[in-house]
Amino acid sequence: MATSHQAKSFTASEGGVIALLLVCVLFSLLIAAKTHDPTMAFHAWLGLAAAGIGAFAVFNGYFKRTHNVPEEIDGKPNYQMGPVKLATVASVFWGVAGFLVGLIIALQLAWPSLNLDLPWTSFGRLRPLHTSAVIFAFGGNVLLASSFYVVQRTCRARAAGGLWPWFVVWGYNFFIVIAGTGYILGITQSKEYAEPEWYADLWLTVVWVIYLLVFLATLWKRKEPHIYVANWFYLAFIVTIAMLHLVNNATVPVSLTEPKSYIVWSGVQDAMTQWWYGHNAVGFFLTAGFLAIMYYFVPKRAERPVYSYRLSIVHFWSLIFLYIWAGPHHLHYTSTPQWAQTLGMTFSIMLWMPSWGGMINGLMTLSGAWDKLRTDPVLRMLVVSVAFYGMSTFEGPLMSIRAVNSLSHYTDWTIGHVHSGALGWVGFVSFGAIYCLVPWLWNKKQLYSLKLVNWHFWIATIGIVLYITSMWVSGIMQGLMWRAYTSLGFLEYSFIETVEAMHPFYIIRAIGGLLFVIGALIMVYNLWMTVRHGEYAEEEVGHPTAVQPAE
Amino acid sequence: MYERLAEFAQTWGLVYFVILFAIVLAYALWPKNKKRFDDASKIPLRED
Repeated sequence: MATSHQAKSFTASEGGVIALLLVCVLFSLLIAAKTHDPTMAFHAWLGLAAAGIGAFAVFNGYFKRTHNVPEEIDGKPNYQMGPVKLATVASVFWGVAGFLVGLIIALQLAWPSLNLDLPWTSFGRLRPLHTSAVIFAFGGNVLLASSFYVVQRTCRARAAGGLWPWFVVWGYNFFIVIAGTGYILGITQSKEYAEPEWYADLWLTVVWVIYLLVFLATLWKRKEPHIYVANWFYLAFIVTIAMLHLVNNATVPVSLTEPKSYIVWSGVQDAMTQWWYGHNAVGFFLTAGFLAIMYYFVPKRAERPVYSYRLSIVHFWSLIFLYIWAGPHHLHYTSTPQWAQTLGMTFSIMLWMPSWGGMINGLMTLSGAWDKLRTDPVLRMLVVSVAFYGMSTFEGPLMSIRAVNSLSHYTDWTIGHVHSGALGWVGFVSFGAIYCLVPWLWNKKQLYSLKLVNWHFWIATIGIVLYITSMWVSGIMQGLMWRAYTSLGFLEYSFIETVEAMHPFYIIRAIGGLLFVIGALIMVYNLWMTVRHGEYAEEEVGHPTAVQPAE
Repeated sequence: MYERLAEFAQTWGLVYFVILFAIVLAYALWPKNKKRFDDASKIPLRED
């Protein structure tokens, strides 16, 4: 216990976080005072409040703690789990919020009067709120939580950077608040999945660079000689997202007190950059990051090492080298050069190989332990997510083929495809990871109820099946109606006739979404009961009190 | 200029990817690395 009685000193990370937050206070104050845009002023006041509270919390944490945080306690790494817990709670919160907004906009499509004729609740503003909430808020927090957990555990080292991991999680969630409230109040640069305006983008850049540095520094400190494959996937995700974010948001603001900005790329270059970004948000945020989760949580839960570590290496390098080229398949039959479209399509088809290699690696990890699928619904959730991964990465390359795309593009088929990946793969692998993490983090023997996990699993699965099947039918029907000609060469259907034909499927899709939301609410109840009433796994040993100052 | 760039990308791009893939395969399948990878695959299962 000698190490836990170090003297107390003001650490570099405390000083650094406070300095950065004070700079933010200053900038926020300046913008709040100077801007004529009410929404930007609102964001500046939010920034001022958040940075002020943050700086106060760091000071408070310093005065309250009795000694410096030890790196190890009794020879075991003193893992920093506070930020992991925070990101886990945030992911559940944003997940429910994002699924709910998704349900609302699904209902709006079926019954347009639900737009309420108000700008703030119109489909056009709520739709980016939904996509950002589920991808960046829910998915992003799952990735923050799991990456900080996995990198510490597999490196057997406490997270580097003192308070900086706390800063990353709080800072990232502050970005979510700015982006989300901005959409509702009408601030957007109208690039899909990259809607936040320049000042939100700048803030995210600061947070993300620090995230990268914390992750790298933790790898640097590792006690384990080999860097486990999950960390490779996390690192690819962090580095690539940084690159995509910077290039696709290379904008010039009209002025420092105006939210509006203009991108430096123009015309077809901007479109290419946007879909290079957009598809790699899928490839590196929603795939590489969550594959990292698969490579840690599936072996952990199945209590078996990954099926083939060699395959995981080939999987990693071929996935990252191929994905980055697939973007132009979003721009078939546009003014993008034909060769670029063909290149995007070819690389998309080649992606079948690493995707299915990864899926097989995940599924075969269970060989010899298949019986656990019957007894452990959490493992079942993880495994079904991998199956959905295989399905949607089969469907994606198919849809990237130019001839298929001529039918599928701009139709609901795309929406169905995205949701088989988002609900089935990303959603289920995240739920699986959260169901594992919560008992581990709060030191509980097990989840409150495996029966409820089972209910969650089945209700959500039925929801996904309703969602994707209705969108297949509606999308293919829509595409076929658009291209139907009469014997005289006129279009057979007017646009509104296609909309009318899709109405029943919109209702089925909304029911699917409702089931998915119900499943998520069951999870919230189960997690709440686990944390509040679960049985402790073991006495907490050797944990010095008050070593975790909140930011 | 455009034609030359396109031709360069279309031929040498292929060579680049084949070489990369060969290096990855060699690294993954090299017999000497087997023990290291077997050890690495057990990292998540070793608790502390």
